[in-house]
Amino acid sequence: MADPITPVLTKRWLSPNSWRLSTYEQLEGYTAVKKALRKPPEQMVALIKDAGLRGRGGAGFPAGVKWSFMPQADKGAAKPHYLVINADEGEPGTCKDIPLMMADPHSLIEGCIIASYAMRAHHCFIYVRGEVLHCIRRLNAAVREAYDAGYLGKDILGSGFDLDIVVHAGAGAYICGEETALLDSLEGRRGQPRLKPPFPAAAGLYAKPTTVNNVETIATVPYIVNGGSDWFREMGTEKSPGPKIFSISGHVEQPGQYEAPLGTTLRELLELAGGMKDGIPLKFWTPGGSSTPMFTADHLDVPLDFEGAAEAGSMLGTTAIMVFNETVSVPWAVMKWTQFYEHESCGKCTPCREGTFWLAQVLERMVAGKGTEEDIDTMLDVCDNILGRSFCALGDGAVSPIESGIKYFRDEFLALCEDNKSKQSEAELVGAKA
Amino acid sequence: MTIAPENTETEVPEGHVKLVVDGEEVIAPEGELLIRTAERLGTVIPRFCDHPLLDPAGACRQCLVEVEMNGRPMPKPQASCTMTVADGMVVKTQKSSRVAEKAQEGVMELLLINHPLDCPICDKGGECPLQNQAMAHGRSTSRFVDTKRTFPKPISISTQVLLDRERCVLCQRCTRFSDQIAGDPFIDLLERGVHQQIGTAETADIHNSASHTSSGTPFQSYFSGNTIQICPVGALTSAAYRFRSRPFDLVSSPSVCEHCSSGCALRTDFRRGKVMRRLAGDDPDVNEEWSCDKGRFAFRYAAAKDRIRKPMVRDESGELVEASWTEALRRAADALVAARESNGAGVLTGGRLTVEDAYAYTKFARITLRSNDIDFRARPHSAEELDFLASSVVGTTPEHVSYASLEKASAVLCVAFEPEDESPIVFLRLRKAARDKGTKVFHIGQWTTSSVRKTFGELLACEPGGEAAAVDGIAEHAKDLDAALSSDDAVVLVGDRAAEVPGLFGAVTRLAERTGTRVAWVPRRAGERGALEAGAVPTLLPGGAPVSDASARATLETSWGLDSGTMPAEPGRDTAAMLAAAASGELDALVVGGVDPDDLPDPAAAREALANVGFVLSLEMRPSAVTEHADVVLPIAPVDEKTGTFLDWEGRVRPFSITLEGTGALPDCRVLDTLAVEMDADLFTQTAQAAWSDFSRSRVVSAHQGSNPDQHSRPAASTPDTPDGTVRLATWRQLIDNGSLQVEEPHLAGTARDAVLRMSAATAERHGVTRGERATISTERGALTLPVEFTDLPDDVVWAPARSPESIRSVLGAGHGASVALSGGAR
Ligand SMILES: Cc1cc2nc3c(=O)[nH]c(=O)nc-3n(C[C@H](O)[C@H](O)[C@H](O)COP(=O)(O)O)c2cc1C
Ligand code: SF4
Ligand code: FES
Repeated sequence: MADPITPVLTKRWLSPNSWRLSTYEQLEGYTAVKKALRKPPEQMVALIKDAGLRGRGGAGFPAGVKWSFMPQADKGAAKPHYLVINADEGEPGTCKDIPLMMADPHSLIEGCIIASYAMRAHHCFIYVRGEVLHCIRRLNAAVREAYDAGYLGKDILGSGFDLDIVVHAGAGAYICGEETALLDSLEGRRGQPRLKPPFPAAAGLYAKPTTVNNVETIATVPYIVNGGSDWFREMGTEKSPGPKIFSISGHVEQPGQYEAPLGTTLRELLELAGGMKDGIPLKFWTPGGSSTPMFTADHLDVPLDFEGAAEAGSMLGTTAIMVFNETVSVPWAVMKWTQFYEHESCGKCTPCREGTFWLAQVLERMVAGKGTEEDIDTMLDVCDNILGRSFCALGDGAVSPIESGIKYFRDEFLALCEDNKSKQSEAELVGAKA
Repeated sequence: MTIAPENTETEVPEGHVKLVVDGEEVIAPEGELLIRTAERLGTVIPRFCDHPLLDPAGACRQCLVEVEMNGRPMPKPQASCTMTVADGMVVKTQKSSRVAEKAQEGVMELLLINHPLDCPICDKGGECPLQNQAMAHGRSTSRFVDTKRTFPKPISISTQVLLDRERCVLCQRCTRFSDQIAGDPFIDLLERGVHQQIGTAETADIHNSASHTSSGTPFQSYFSGNTIQICPVGALTSAAYRFRSRPFDLVSSPSVCEHCSSGCALRTDFRRGKVMRRLAGDDPDVNEEWSCDKGRFAFRYAAAKDRIRKPMVRDESGELVEASWTEALRRAADALVAARESNGAGVLTGGRLTVEDAYAYTKFARITLRSNDIDFRARPHSAEELDFLASSVVGTTPEHVSYASLEKASAVLCVAFEPEDESPIVFLRLRKAARDKGTKVFHIGQWTTSSVRKTFGELLACEPGGEAAAVDGIAEHAKDLDAALSSDDAVVLVGDRAAEVPGLFGAVTRLAERTGTRVAWVPRRAGERGALEAGAVPTLLPGGAPVSDASARATLETSWGLDSGTMPAEPGRDTAAMLAAAASGELDALVVGGVDPDDLPDPAAAREALANVGFVLSLEMRPSAVTEHADVVLPIAPVDEKTGTFLDWEGRVRPFSITLEGTGALPDCRVLDTLAVEMDADLFTQTAQAAWSDFSRSRVVSAHQGSNPDQHSRPAASTPDTPDGTVRLATWRQLIDNGSLQVEEPHLAGTARDAVLRMSAATAERHGVTRGERATISTERGALTLPVEFTDLPDDVVWAPARSPESIRSVLGAGHGASVALSGGAR
């Protein structure tokens, strides 16, 4: 397992014009869809269930199980079904979906056809973060190519199955990556999470049965169809099978996307990425984006799968590995992240809206040397009042950097307050200007 | 875990579940929200966004509780306002769970970090859910020492609603009300995070074209005042009330709205003899917790500077001068006795009386003036209408058709009735029925009005005047509607505009007979239904028996203590006939209640009648077109200063008692009682209580249900052709217009809908009218110029509001269904 494996998801990325239909077709492309369309849709759902594919958007929900929530009724009298691809990629540090769509858009499109077929959807929407125009253009071009080649549209490959794909430019907010906010945004409303139930499988886009999946989740599907579930399970761990794209950023020699089976450790990944930049030692890192509690050098050997990360007190998230060396101040990094959450909180619920606003101010004050030891306890208590009390998971994510930062590096926070202590004896009411 | 003893054998009824809340076992109906279940047990879970009449939002997170399902605790506290009960569920509120209590304290602290501490100057201070709940569930001090988010204050949401954004807790009650209940999304959430705020299209950085009508004017709402009332903080305030008073200085009195026949329960708050504000009362059977803005804001007419507080008589020089009650009553009594002994006197009561006052007029006409010349209808009316009222309306109660039956109906057909303008609470109930219960609402009218749109309704368009033919055509041309009306729970609502369409009441009666559907009449004014019941019409006695029924008269003579055979037996004159008789000298005197000649079928003729008739007695609150011609004016009390009863459109009794005592103002029933004494008759209406008990005792219900309106002219198959260059006029009154009870309320007036002339693009083209410009409709009598708006009206039909601001009837001498000339530009 320690060895870098033969790439699966990224195998075409280095081929010339990898994004072209012709390249894709030369390299096994659109072979899976031909197999899939010959089988009954339920069999596709069963296959993905057997393979144990878990969602790559952050939560790791088993994709096959999600698909099976869609009503089984065939077309005709029943309501239309929708497949929505979450290509908003907003989690700080995450950089895998957009590279995937740039390098190999047809693998996503092929996955969309198979998944839509499995869920009896005839419309698929790809919600791409609005800022990445180049990616939207590439995806649009690929969709056009697929239409022209008969992979999309009416009666695909003579199977009688119809599918239209619409590429939609997102509305530029982190919250629009949350699946129900994404659906509102896709409908043209202000993106804010919806009350559940009803869940999207019952009433999603335009109140019709809908499945939302991440780009990488769906792009993985054609390989499973071609390779089978046993092949897929050869990679990764029992509960987290399959390959995964790790986006490694920060203080490493060669940041970028690295494909490796789930369960790979940071120590192994660092090797792939050429080690720490300039040899400066590792201080802290996130296993799956800023919403996942940070790790330290003590966690170099934690297996990076859903279970391993959770057991070590964090989450696998989007496998966005942000690496920080000893030159970085933890309170400063935590402040920056918290400012992000404050900026991106949608405002719907009290804990996240008000809590991130408060926490950001406390951290800014602390980094400016005007914090107190009491502030640290207050922050932890405010985090406790946000975590699990917010409407959606954004609020939960917002407290991760603070709680984990203080857990591992309380001294750094305290040190920032030391300086202030002497001044405090002179002026009792620090910051009291409310 | 469950604290419930093992051997509990409580029966769980069908459709119910058993759960445990704070250790107590409860049976709850399926679908009940935990917050309500707890409330039934006496545990109030703090909340902000929750409102029982709005869809759950789960936004504020104030109502968190701990929940266990199947013996397993859920990992996070749950919002009790969004989670429904389930069998075997174990719920721990703040009473039994430290986790829930801490979660609630935490949210409360967070809500307060950005909330200004301006309670001492805030309208809501003293009645503020945030203040109260912060005291009950919050920390005593705040740990927040940094800088609060502030906004420039305040912004106008409309002319009558102001928003202080920094006080807002973003519970979304106001936006959800506007969207879900009223159907007027004129406010919405803007921005995000801590900058999220309530705003309008005008306050948004990004101009939101979706929130504008096609003509570019922002949406308005007739219901915006409700947002002030349901705001759980002092963020939304009323322009009229803002900074005027503190809740603890106010005395509250339950009251009933005097404006329309919806019958809203209100709460009137006053201080030192002055009404400061009115709020919607909570009456689940009628207005639920809502009211329209007219009911909420239009009450200052009673405190108008020109209010008449002393009797007045016309002196030799022709001026009205103040006089003593004795002198004024004497003058009136002498003149009315003389009239009675000569050609007689007629009584126009107006449509705004309480049952008690209307009953006093009835008795005054029958006993004191010995005449059946009495009519409450100060608007277009017809004999056919009277027959319909006698055969289908008088005596009906909510058992026949009620608000609840609208909600239960599978289909409701509105005929010549514009619910949002004419009975806003009926409108809200229709919208609720359509939105929540799937009731199908049909409208026979001229264009897709807001009422059609917001009740998710279907329009059956016809020419103005063509309504009767349209109703007759349902069986053939609207088979789905016909089938829908044949179901047991269908309802037809007819508005008082139907009186302007010959044959319409007959057609509606035929429809009801054929399909078995129930018909209810929804008049515009609050007093009409009661006046009908009180017998303030030329053909009916109190209770609805016909005047021509000798045995009914005999019964009434006994209960009224009259000599047998003294009651006039011939049906009297209706409003128009009385005015004509007065103009021609066939009547010598008129007794006039709250009547505005501009509302009458022919305002010019009415003015002429008032000018020509020998004597006019006016019972009024403020100077009017009637007092201008009156020989004697007797001041009467507005609703705040009297006790009384309205009957709403359902026939539901809506009693209210006096709000402002000791002002010296007298109700009509008392004034008439005293005047009758001067004329040697006793009405027994010296108080509203006396009048009510006399009325209850005396009403005669007759077995004979009056004549069928069907006997009147059948509608022509199609309306007569309009002569060249002319078009047919559709018109009705908008809720907020220049009505006399809306004076001195500039904030309310600011939310009136614009007066526009509506027509189709084809009509405009044919008559040389350009979009966005003004056009003129005219008759021989006059012309009215208004800005043009293109609407889906039938060709060669125009629509104009009846009194916004000018009275169409005054200016043109024409009404709904008339043909008028149309030309582009002003004239
Ligand atoms: C604040 C927030 C932001 C999210 N952003 C993304 C995103 O950018 N891309 C994504 O695929 N999932 C995102 N998610 C997760 C989605 O809600 C959802 O779980 C996911 O799209 C499901 O796809 P999967 O089952 O294939 O993982 C976000 C969740 C939250 C709470
Ligand atoms: S946690 Fe609340 S405020 Fe934050 S993004 Fe989710 S719903 Fe919006
Ligand atoms: S009252 Fe339950 S979340 Fe607001």
